[in-house]
Amino acid sequence: MKSLGNIRRSFAPWTDPDAKPFITFRNVTKRFGDFTAVDDLTLNIYHREFFALLGASGCGKSTLLRMLAGFERPTSGEIILDGQDIAGIPPYKRPVNMMFQSYALFPHMTVESNIGFGLRQDGMPKNEIAERVSQMLKLVKLEQFAKRKPHQLSGGQRQRVALARSLAKRPKVLLLDEPLGALDKKLREETQFELMDLQQELGLTFVVVTHDQEEAMTMADRIAVMSHGKVIQVATPAEIYEAPNSRFVADFIGDVNILDGKVSANGNGKIELAVNEGFTIRTATANGPTPGSAAGFAIRPEKMKVTRAAPADASVNAAPGEIWDIGYLGDMTVFYVKLDSGKVVKASMLNALREVEDPISYDEKVWVSFGETAGVVLKD
Amino acid sequence: MNKLGSAIFSRLVIILPYAWLLFFFLVPFFIVFRISLSTTAIAQPPYEPVFALADGLSGFFGKVGQFSFANYIWLTEDALYLNAYLSSIWIAGVSTFITLLIGYPIAYGMAQAPRTLRPTLLMLVILPFWTSFLIRVYAWIAILKPEGLLNQFLLSIGVIDQPLIIIGTNWAIYIGIVYSYLPFMILPLYSALEKMDNSLIEAAKDLGCPPISAFWKITFPLSLPGVVAGCMLVFIPAVGEFVIPDLLGGSQTLMIGKTLWNEFNANRDWPVSAAVATILLLILVVPIVFFQNAQAKAEEQGR
Ligand SMILES: Nc1ncnc2c1ncn2[C@@H]1O[C@H](COP(=O)(O)OP(=O)(O)O)[C@@H](O)[C@H]1O
Ligand SMILES: [Mg+2]
Repeated sequence: MKSLGNIRRSFAPWTDPDAKPFITFRNVTKRFGDFTAVDDLTLNIYHREFFALLGASGCGKSTLLRMLAGFERPTSGEIILDGQDIAGIPPYKRPVNMMFQSYALFPHMTVESNIGFGLRQDGMPKNEIAERVSQMLKLVKLEQFAKRKPHQLSGGQRQRVALARSLAKRPKVLLLDEPLGALDKKLREETQFELMDLQQELGLTFVVVTHDQEEAMTMADRIAVMSHGKVIQVATPAEIYEAPNSRFVADFIGDVNILDGKVSANGNGKIELAVNEGFTIRTATANGPTPGSAAGFAIRPEKMKVTRAAPADASVNAAPGEIWDIGYLGDMTVFYVKLDSGKVVKASMLNALREVEDPISYDEKVWVSFGETAGVVLKD
Repeated sequence: MNKLGSAIFSRLVIILPYAWLLFFFLVPFFIVFRISLSTTAIAQPPYEPVFALADGLSGFFGKVGQFSFANYIWLTEDALYLNAYLSSIWIAGVSTFITLLIGYPIAYGMAQAPRTLRPTLLMLVILPFWTSFLIRVYAWIAILKPEGLLNQFLLSIGVIDQPLIIIGTNWAIYIGIVYSYLPFMILPLYSALEKMDNSLIEAAKDLGCPPISAFWKITFPLSLPGVVAGCMLVFIPAVGEFVIPDLLGGSQTLMIGKTLWNEFNANRDWPVSAAVATILLLILVVPIVFFQNAQAKAEEQGR
């Protein structure tokens, strides 16, 4: 069976037409004065899903999250949580908890009382609070820091306190606003997997905001790519990467080459595209623009091959060019190939071997080639 | 060269406040303290011993030998002084508390106001300083006296049918102190509340805390350094306040500032009034030390 990318877990309620979404944003708009931060947005999030909101800074991700937490009211539209419209419910009565971008730890309280704060609000008996707090401390591996104040902790430790505090009440939904933003790269990668394990273990619904695409790809079951208050595409990381629905998404996620042209044929599950670079690309695409309409072709660098000889198989797409630049990155080598039309495309090849017999070098004449399923056709 | 320059500069920066303290606090204090150890004399200045260069070393030690703590013992023997101290502390304490009760909501409101409006509000708080303190206290006489504005107003709307006697009572002093020192309470409170991170309140609400409870659990504890600073700034000058009790208070009003004034001017007893001042200073140094401790703690909390 073929599928896009590697599947992490067999969890896909969004493909089930009978599955009921856990959280629904329906035509939600949020305006600040005459600035529209969230624009007529509709979105479904499912129970136990790890959902990521991805987009450039200022595109309205935090605003969306804050509406779910209750700190902002939608200008119009409705938000439904577990079958209930939550418009009138104040933040302190919502079954969601948020991990703040700035952590927002209470500076005058110890780690312990920070984590227990929400439980004390609920009037939980003292011994149960103590038990839950020590459980949480263990979960985030901060047992020996229980009596410290936030300012006596490192950034990573504070982040884990914030996480423990937001998890302590066992919310139905945990909202995380750029949870790993302040951590360095290594700690961030470690924590990403910790968060995923936690989410699986506790069976919670996570909605995480991030502007880091790698982070979203690593952690999320599905990603909503946002731009200017709108959702452009909602899909699994593999779908977002391998089958972007628009130029914006293709360009936003990872590296991509986009070749512009006109559809010359469409039928039998194949589309032919005459690109401006002076050759025709055959793609295995069932639905697409009709012949004559303008379209783009998006292909990832690692899906293209660079060889000295033209590929023998005539069904493979190929174009001649010249090596313009080479970037050696260790794990792979990136070739910048100048096609005969003058356009430079990027092709990367894994360095599977340590030593290469007669490597391709600068200014050589080469062919870039790719198969029928290597790229996607983008409607204009 | 440059390094040397900056080293000298950083020394200077440290030395300046110390020099300031030395010349304008420590030296005057020692002069006062020295007078408090002297005895009254009908002379110019009205106390002895008086040091002169001509005394020589032995004369100097002889005069030092005349120093005594008799004035301090005198202060303990007459209940007037103790009562004046206690009454001053009581009046200053009550006034400080009332000032806090009024000042906190004002500062809180200012800190919550739109960012663009805040400088204007701050300006309004400082505005009274643009007229003389004395004139403003006199204005209160016009307001509070039996035929004054307040009584006329209350009589005209029928709340009272006899003018209230406020002037000459401790009520007038409370009103005067609270009015005069309110900006000193508001400013440090505002600065503490203004830099408060709003996401802390949101976090508290997020964890199930209704707004009022979030105020008491988060906002108020975090504004405590401001509360302490404001209370000190009001309490310390209020204890030694002289103008307000003199103008607004009556003959039965007992405040140490007034007592001191009487000793100094009416009785022309410089040594006793110097002793009164020295004790007053000691009473005030204790809260200052307390205040500094609180500040150091706040800094240690990393705010
Ligand atoms: N309280 C507010 N008042 C006015 N504008 C706001 C407010 N909150 C957010 N915005 C604006 O809304 C836009 C989206 O903000 P936000 O949701 O925080 O973006 P991000 O995707 O970076 O989290 C930004 O342009 C921001 O300036
Ligand atoms: Mg944000």
